[in-house]
Amino acid sequence: MKRARSHPGWWAFIVHRVSGIALALFLPAHFLALGTALSGGARLDEFLRWTDRPLVKAAEWILVMLLAAHLAGGLRLLALEFLPWRDWQKSLAALAAGFALAAGLVFALAR
Amino acid sequence: MSVRLEARLWWAQRVTAAFLAFFVAVHLATMIYAVRGGLTAAEILARTHGNAAWGLFYTLFVFAAAIHGAIGLRTIAAEWLGWRGTPANAAVALVALLLALLGLRAVAAVVIP
Repeated sequence: MKRARSHPGWWAFIVHRVSGIALALFLPAHFLALGTALSGGARLDEFLRWTDRPLVKAAEWILVMLLAAHLAGGLRLLALEFLPWRDWQKSLAALAAGFALAAGLVFALAR
Repeated sequence: MSVRLEARLWWAQRVTAAFLAFFVAVHLATMIYAVRGGLTAAEILARTHGNAAWGLFYTLFVFAAAIHGAIGLRTIAAEWLGWRGTPANAAVALVALLLALLGLRAVAAVVIP
C-alpha cells in the first residue's frame, strides 16, 4: 500500500474519488439554493449575500478546485480507457492537477 | 450481480462523463465570468429567465450529473463499504431520482420567468 501511495496514479485516483463524493454531497445544496429563486429574486439575493462571508467564499473556492480536479481527472481516465497512449499517464495526472489549480486561481481572482 | 447491468452502468458512467466534460467546462467558464464584481439574483436571472438555450443546457446537465453521481456513489459504496446488491441499487436509484428532481426544480426556478 505504501508503495502504491508513492505512485501519481494512486493520488489521481484518490483525488478523483474524494472530489466526486464532495461534489455529490454539494449538489443537493446547490440545487436547493438555486430553487430559492422560485419565490422571487429577493430570496436568492438573501442567499447570495450569505455567500459573501469569507468562510463561505473559501468553501466555494475549494468546490471550484474540486470540480476542476474531477473534470481534469475524469478526462485523464477517459483518455486512459479509450486512447492507446498509456505512456502519458504521469503527464496527464500532472496536467489534471495543474488545470484544477489554474481554475481555482482564476475563480479566486474573479471573486 | 448481473454482468449485463454492470456493463450497462459502466457505459452509462463513461457516456455521461463525456457529456459532463463539456457541461462542466462551460459551467466553470460561466461561473468565472459571472462572479466578477459580485453575484446578484438580478444578474443571474437576467441571463437565464426565458432563455431556452440555457434551459436545455442545464436540463441535460442535471440529468447527466444525476446519473453520473449516482453510479459513482454506487461504485464507492461497493468498494469502500462493501454495500452491494438490490438494497444498494435501490438506494442509488433513489439518489439519482432525487438529484434529478431537485436539479429540474432549480432549472425551472432560474429559467421560467
